[in-house]
Amino acid sequence: MPAMVRKLAQRLGMLQHSFVGGVHPNMHKLTADVAIEECDIAPVHVLPMKQHIGEICSPLVAVGDLVLRGQKIARSEGYLSVPVHAPTSGRVVKIEEHTIPHPSGMGLPSIFIESDGDDKSDESIAPISDWINTDPTQLRERARKCGLAGLGGAVFPTFIKLVQDKRFPIETVILNGIECEPYLTNDHRLMLEHAEEILEGMAIIMHMVGADSGIIAVEDNKQNAADSMQQALDARSDMDGVVVHVLPTRYPQGSEKQLIYTLTGREVPAGKLPMHIGVLSQNIGTTKALFDAVMLGKPLTERTVTVSGDALAKPSNLLVRLGTPVRSLFARQGLDDFSGIQIVHGGPMMGERLKNPDFPVVKSSTGLLAMSLQAMKAAHTVEQPCIRCGHCSEACPISLVPNLLADQCRSDQFEKAAQYDLFDCIECGACSYVCPSNIPLVHYFRYGKGQLALQRREDSFAEASRKRSETRDARIEREKAEKAARRSQVRKTHAPKTDEAKAETDAETKTGGEAGVADSKATESKD
Amino acid sequence: MSLIMLSSPHAHGGDSIRMIMLTVILALVPAAGMSVYLFGWMAVLLIVTCMLTALMTEAICLKWMGRPVSTLLDNSAALTGLFLALTLPAATPWWMAVLGSVFAIVLGKQLYGGLGYNIFNPALSARVILLISFPLNMTTWIMPMSASMGSIEPVINLYDFTTCATLFFAGPGALQLGLDAISMASPLGYIKTEATLGVPVAEALDAYGYSYLDAFLGFEAGSTGETSALALLIGGIFLLARHSITWHIPFSYIVTVLLLAGLFNALNPDQFATPMFHLFAGGLILCAFFMATDPVSSPVTPLGQVVFGVGCGVITWSIRTWGGYPEGAMFAVLLMNCAVPLIDHYFRPRVYGHKRRNES
Ligand code: SF4
Ligand code: SF4
Repeated sequence: MPAMVRKLAQRLGMLQHSFVGGVHPNMHKLTADVAIEECDIAPVHVLPMKQHIGEICSPLVAVGDLVLRGQKIARSEGYLSVPVHAPTSGRVVKIEEHTIPHPSGMGLPSIFIESDGDDKSDESIAPISDWINTDPTQLRERARKCGLAGLGGAVFPTFIKLVQDKRFPIETVILNGIECEPYLTNDHRLMLEHAEEILEGMAIIMHMVGADSGIIAVEDNKQNAADSMQQALDARSDMDGVVVHVLPTRYPQGSEKQLIYTLTGREVPAGKLPMHIGVLSQNIGTTKALFDAVMLGKPLTERTVTVSGDALAKPSNLLVRLGTPVRSLFARQGLDDFSGIQIVHGGPMMGERLKNPDFPVVKSSTGLLAMSLQAMKAAHTVEQPCIRCGHCSEACPISLVPNLLADQCRSDQFEKAAQYDLFDCIECGACSYVCPSNIPLVHYFRYGKGQLALQRREDSFAEASRKRSETRDARIEREKAEKAARRSQVRKTHAPKTDEAKAETDAETKTGGEAGVADSKATESKD
Repeated sequence: MSLIMLSSPHAHGGDSIRMIMLTVILALVPAAGMSVYLFGWMAVLLIVTCMLTALMTEAICLKWMGRPVSTLLDNSAALTGLFLALTLPAATPWWMAVLGSVFAIVLGKQLYGGLGYNIFNPALSARVILLISFPLNMTTWIMPMSASMGSIEPVINLYDFTTCATLFFAGPGALQLGLDAISMASPLGYIKTEATLGVPVAEALDAYGYSYLDAFLGFEAGSTGETSALALLIGGIFLLARHSITWHIPFSYIVTVLLLAGLFNALNPDQFATPMFHLFAGGLILCAFFMATDPVSSPVTPLGQVVFGVGCGVITWSIRTWGGYPEGAMFAVLLMNCAVPLIDHYFRPRVYGHKRRNES
């Protein structure tokens, strides 16, 4: 529908708002009817020291220590961070680097815990069943202490969002049950099987941020989940301000910015957060985890994962302890031989592709997909020239012009790309998905963003060293003047000259040394 | 390569250049079929020659530049050949068709760096080069078969292969005919000439024997594939339905012509032809649905496409009305092709979360 007509219709209240662009990938929701199964506890768990966005944690335990399930084993260093907990009881066997689900195959320091088979819990965190009479800051501290991070894949520390700020009061809490990535069904199953807990979690969130109204958003390809939430809602009398909205299925409906626009007709201004327009959105899994943390006093030690993919005979939804080796999960679902198989961590649209399944389940593991080579080839064939068909612009939910951006990134015109709003790209992949020339557009955008960040850091470094050399020049000037003054008093001429030269070389070594540091930083971020 | 392979998304919608081009070729089947019905073997010979030459030229270029010749399979060269054939008069001699196809591929496309890099629509640029080089041949329209043109009987039988082959390969001289003996004016050309003599449009059309129905169905003098509005519309609707093109360019283009024509016709019906006449005349529908929507040489953003379409419409109508040539659709599209980089820059959509369009 023409955008103008649609806008008019929306004004007249004839139509719901709906975000622009988007695509309709084949959803492959193979596991929509498969109930969540609890997985056996693995013999060894691997807990990377960073499973969230933000600063890395440092271990609190040493090799040989005995730990209980839920015991804090790593402490957050800094504000943007959450701690890590032991997923089961056992013994710390080693602390060393291990691969994490990252496309580069990089590793992070990780704690290895050998299970003792008893699965004893640490009971030191008491439930707060009377949360309604509890101070929000105390609940917030609970969310932090329990290691909650966004389980939709972004793993942003949850407690940071759960805040009451007088300048930006939250009016609406959105419960994001969209799950628009193909294959993934764990939020879907959670809504079917744990509607009451999720709703209670939502009530806690609304209490924490002081919001009266809430929206539960579900895509129409899981009507039963919407019904289940509605039923649970009807059974409560204290959540009158909450409604269930069923939205037409379209990728990336579940992207925060797109969902907020669809539900409220308001856009999150560039460079701002949803809270700046009075909205807070939370993922289903995270909300359930908040319920567990508050009502049961359980830190985040497990999550639901959809194990699926076209190369998997027995796809399923699993409740898995964090740190469980992924290879064992695939083995559980009947897949041992990984030749000709590609692993995707997350969903096919935004997930990371990995060379092998030798990494653990972490907080961001929404899905684990085993894809056949053919299925992947469709997405990764040889790049052809852009024929400027405009399909990418049409698909972009942010209204960028991806082919222009890709051109700019490819020819290293990063500043220009930034002017064309490269940094507003949410990397949803809708553009690459529709491109008939198979251009890896998102790849170019990541490259461009990375290069630009690097360049800006270098620029600020250059700026700093320019300032430094200016101060140096000023100092030399001043010293010269002083010397000249001295000279006129004491008529001896050779000593000051060496001083001057020394000052200069000093300053130079300093600059050179720091340049070296900046260089090594640059290479770091490229990895 | 391996880096690219690791980047998301890991799913693809399955569109390919090959399918896009093939869809357009399929959409041109009704128009091509109609041209065969109207111009018999002349149309067949012309279409086959242009397509084969375009493919061969493309193959040679690819080979010469060391690119995989399998690129031919993307169907873009075949489409260019077909496009060119449909814009040429049915009496075009073989060597002109060959020359035109070579121009289209070499000058129109490969010189810019191949598919995706050309500024102008390759077929249209070749067509205009031919028009400038051979103005007489390019404005000589033979009478279509089955034309319900009053009493005029076609001089030659276009359904006879030998006659057509002789005409195509040896020229009208070999048939002991002058070019003008088998030709007639196109409606656009006719009213243009009459207008210079001060004859009102309606009278001129009466004298011509013009009927809207004929023009809509295609029983009219004109280029091989552009006469039948009906056949082209079927193809255009197919493209829209398949989502190969969006409504923006054809709609804004045609509506602009209709509005301008309607406005001026209302002001002075003697001097200005009716909107309906403009709609069915010349290459408007072919250009609006097929040429102006050529992805490579048109804007990528929806708003830019509307601007592009409006520009094409204004120029088309202006050239037809005031210009030296009877038809302006091709020039309009080519002129607007030049403006595409500017349009793409200035008419980007408003980005989510930004107040206004970014001016930069
Ligand atoms: S979809 Fe691909 S081919 Fe089409 S304009 Fe975008 S980048 Fe170019
Ligand atoms: S990845 Fe970026 S440019 Fe591509 S569609 Fe998504 S937001 Fe737009």
